[in-house]
Amino acid sequence: MSTTPVTSGAAVITGAALALGDDALVLSHRLGEWAGSAPVLEEEVALANIALDLLGQARILLSLVGDEDELAYLREERSFRNAQLVEQPNGDFAHTIARQLYFSTYQRLLYGQLASGDGPFAGLAAKAVKEVAYHQDHAEHWALRLGDGTDESHRRMQRACDALWRYTGELFQPVEGVDVDHAAMESAWLASVTDVLGRATLTVPEGPRTGAWAAGAGRQGLHTEPFGRMIAEMQHLHRSHPGATW
Amino acid sequence: MTAVTAGTAETTGAPGVSDAAVAAEQAAYEAVFDAAVAADERIEPRDWMPEAYRASLVRQIAQHAHSEIIGMQPEANWITRAPSLRRKAILMAKVQDEAGHGLYLYSAAETLGTSRDELLDKLHSGRQKYSSIFNYPTLTWADVGAIGWLVDGAAITNQVPLCRCSYGPYARAMVRVCKEESFHQRQGYEALLALSRGTEAQHAMAQDAVDRWWWPSLMMFGPPDDESTHTAQAMAWKIKRHSNDELRQRFVDIAVPQAEALGLTLPDPDLRWNEERGHYDFGAIDWAEFWDVLKGNGPCNEERLSRRRQAHEDGAWVREAAAAHAEKHRVDKHHAEQHQHTGKHGEAQA
Repeated sequence: MSTTPVTSGAAVITGAALALGDDALVLSHRLGEWAGSAPVLEEEVALANIALDLLGQARILLSLVGDEDELAYLREERSFRNAQLVEQPNGDFAHTIARQLYFSTYQRLLYGQLASGDGPFAGLAAKAVKEVAYHQDHAEHWALRLGDGTDESHRRMQRACDALWRYTGELFQPVEGVDVDHAAMESAWLASVTDVLGRATLTVPEGPRTGAWAAGAGRQGLHTEPFGRMIAEMQHLHRSHPGATW
Repeated sequence: MTAVTAGTAETTGAPGVSDAAVAAEQAAYEAVFDAAVAADERIEPRDWMPEAYRASLVRQIAQHAHSEIIGMQPEANWITRAPSLRRKAILMAKVQDEAGHGLYLYSAAETLGTSRDELLDKLHSGRQKYSSIFNYPTLTWADVGAIGWLVDGAAITNQVPLCRCSYGPYARAMVRVCKEESFHQRQGYEALLALSRGTEAQHAMAQDAVDRWWWPSLMMFGPPDDESTHTAQAMAWKIKRHSNDELRQRFVDIAVPQAEALGLTLPDPDLRWNEERGHYDFGAIDWAEFWDVLKGNGPCNEERLSRRRQAHEDGAWVREAAAAHAEKHRVDKHHAEQHQHTGKHGEAQA
């Protein structure tokens, strides 16, 4: 439970903590789905490591504004504030890596900025930015191996980068209470991703960077269909035993 | 052990060396090996060792490594449904540890000249086994707790003596594995305790899980001593330090008071303290079930192995890509070095 003093901007902070916390919670869950199915044993360890870092971040963020389990297990789909990118199904390993590359590049920039400020997330961000630097490094190395590996891996990685491209615009829609320069972050993100894809012999996708929903849809509680099934699985046991402690 | 190192092939194969000389040399190596084992010294990868010792270790370490990676499946089955974020973090960390244990153990097997790929092939084709316990399903959340308490508890009982195993790399891997396993066991016990003291439904869930996992856990120690084919030789080599039945008894003696503390019962009407022996007596184990599961007829044999094969096949293109990338990178590096040698730095790849 949170002991953080409630300030006049409580609602703003709640919305911001939920946006950042839900991103971490949902991506951690998706990565957890890999357990036992990774392409090589070293990746079982790496993916679990990243999932655990993200879950740790989510728990801190959600606990800032409420009870972590109530928030994770008892909210309805429309109340989740994560970006649509992180809820996208794992797909093949290339899809997972493309999602990691896009998200960890964003998260590293985000936490870097938050860590240098004095807002409510500065402490968390200072710690998390080190974890996220590893996540980005991991994603970048795999993007290079897959992009510049075999014909098949190149094809798969390009397809994954293309498919997830339209979910990347949402990451830079301003979130109230997340006190960063979103426009600067977006250009840094584009430069970084363009550089990695180039070195991986991949083409920067050309499509629009938002989906059919208005940009920022996930942050407003509008999610894609797979997300409902994901949280149904996640919440089922907890909801089946109301009031129980585990 | 340092006196004799590998590299005997050249000398024994040299022309002019008589059969008698080869035999004498062989005997000398064996004597050094036997003396090292008798003196409780560690055998290291470069030391001479009997082929049967090497084969026995590879078999045991491989089975152990396979058990770690197959054992991820029944627990991973609950990661996405873990009922609190704290439990979810603990479970993910545990499944991750198992992957890590698999890595140490495959590396230990590599020191004996057997690659991970070779061992995985044998697992996938059914030529090597993993612990039969993982052929039982995890039907409820309480099974995660029961596995931690009973299955990891049995594994620790088996594995602690392996920290003193005569083969150095295996013994050292086991020191680390055992530390993590004892954390796993504590978290399993603690998860069951929370259920046992929770709602009526949670308590029933915990009892049901213990009822299903108790007997298979006792079977984890392997067949009774008089039916165990590997025990005598493994004990002589100090790969194994205690017999199956000794370890099983030790586990029962530890588990019974723990079950009482948990407020759960063990499904054995014959379980009672024997003052004379200073141990708990327990009922007859259904060895027919044990052999049946071992033969492939357990509830999940097919599922576990096909999931493992599927993951391996699905990952083939990823492993090929990594290898191709490394090869390209190696060639690039080689070219860059050649350019440097001929003074053409500027033409080296960007």
